[in-house]
Amino acid sequence: MSVQALQSFFAMGGYAVYVWPAYAVFFIVLIADTCSPIFRRRRLLRELNARVARQSARQGQASDKTSPTQTTP
Amino acid sequence: MSNWIPLWLHKLSSPPTFYRFAGTLRPWMMAFALLLGAIGLYGGLVLAPPDYQQGDAYRIIFIHVPSAWMSMFIYGVMGVSAFIALVWRIKLAEVVAMESAPIGAAFTFITLVTGSLWGKPMWGTWWTWDARLTSELVLLFLYLGVIGLYHAFEDRRQGARAAAFLAIIGIINVPIVHYSVTWWNTLHQGSTVNIFGHSKIAWDMLWPLLTVTLATKFYYAASLFRRARTDLLALESGKEWVRQIAAREGKR
Repeated sequence: MSVQALQSFFAMGGYAVYVWPAYAVFFIVLIADTCSPIFRRRRLLRELNARVARQSARQGQASDKTSPTQTTP
Repeated sequence: MSNWIPLWLHKLSSPPTFYRFAGTLRPWMMAFALLLGAIGLYGGLVLAPPDYQQGDAYRIIFIHVPSAWMSMFIYGVMGVSAFIALVWRIKLAEVVAMESAPIGAAFTFITLVTGSLWGKPMWGTWWTWDARLTSELVLLFLYLGVIGLYHAFEDRRQGARAAAFLAIIGIINVPIVHYSVTWWNTLHQGSTVNIFGHSKIAWDMLWPLLTVTLATKFYYAASLFRRARTDLLALESGKEWVRQIAAREGKR
């Protein structure tokens, strides 16, 4: 493709200011739509792991209290 | 009688099975979407000749029309799965309905904005309150209403049922959008592509349009699978299969 052909392609017959923003909106909106569940999934898994860790820590404490070695004086 | 189809469907609607199924299919759907999208847009932007009346401005059609079709198609999918969710209380149907709404809203938004950008040079106005444009705007508000109602409830499943009800009522708007150019005298041009008859468009322009349309269908599947998988993790967060996934992937 020559430089001239490329230039005329980007000019879109004088309608460049309408055609290219339309395509930009199309891609920006769809990329945002693809990314939002990726971030949500990451956050979700992090929260879930934190909750599991908290639970197991609490269970560990509880079993320590009931264990015979930890009798209160 | 062969009963493996209902059996398979029953199995598939169980969250861990669907999670795995969607995870396997999703990359393929996305690959098809990107490949067909690239071919279709190359055909539309480079190979197709300029329109004899609209010059190069008509090239917005290659994203405007597929997006408009998707805005209605996704509403149909959302409406049907909302109905299934309300009647049979299938969790997966709720997820499909509720996760379709943001994708549908995205395509409806694209349709309105690209239409506006096309309308300015061709009609001389960004916006007019005619039947086609107004009914498409109502479609966007319906999507936003479904999303808002879903998130308005503390209990997600209760929210999903309320939003599903709205989605079913709103389905009346889909034929209104489609037939608005026939029923009313509007500024918007009539249908160019006709599935069961003669399309009023040259083949050089038609094949890129249909290719991009197919690409948006695959994109919808890919996006829906990704969203549904995330939503299933959230809904089933107390279950063992989700904890295993979290333990496996959370370390990264």
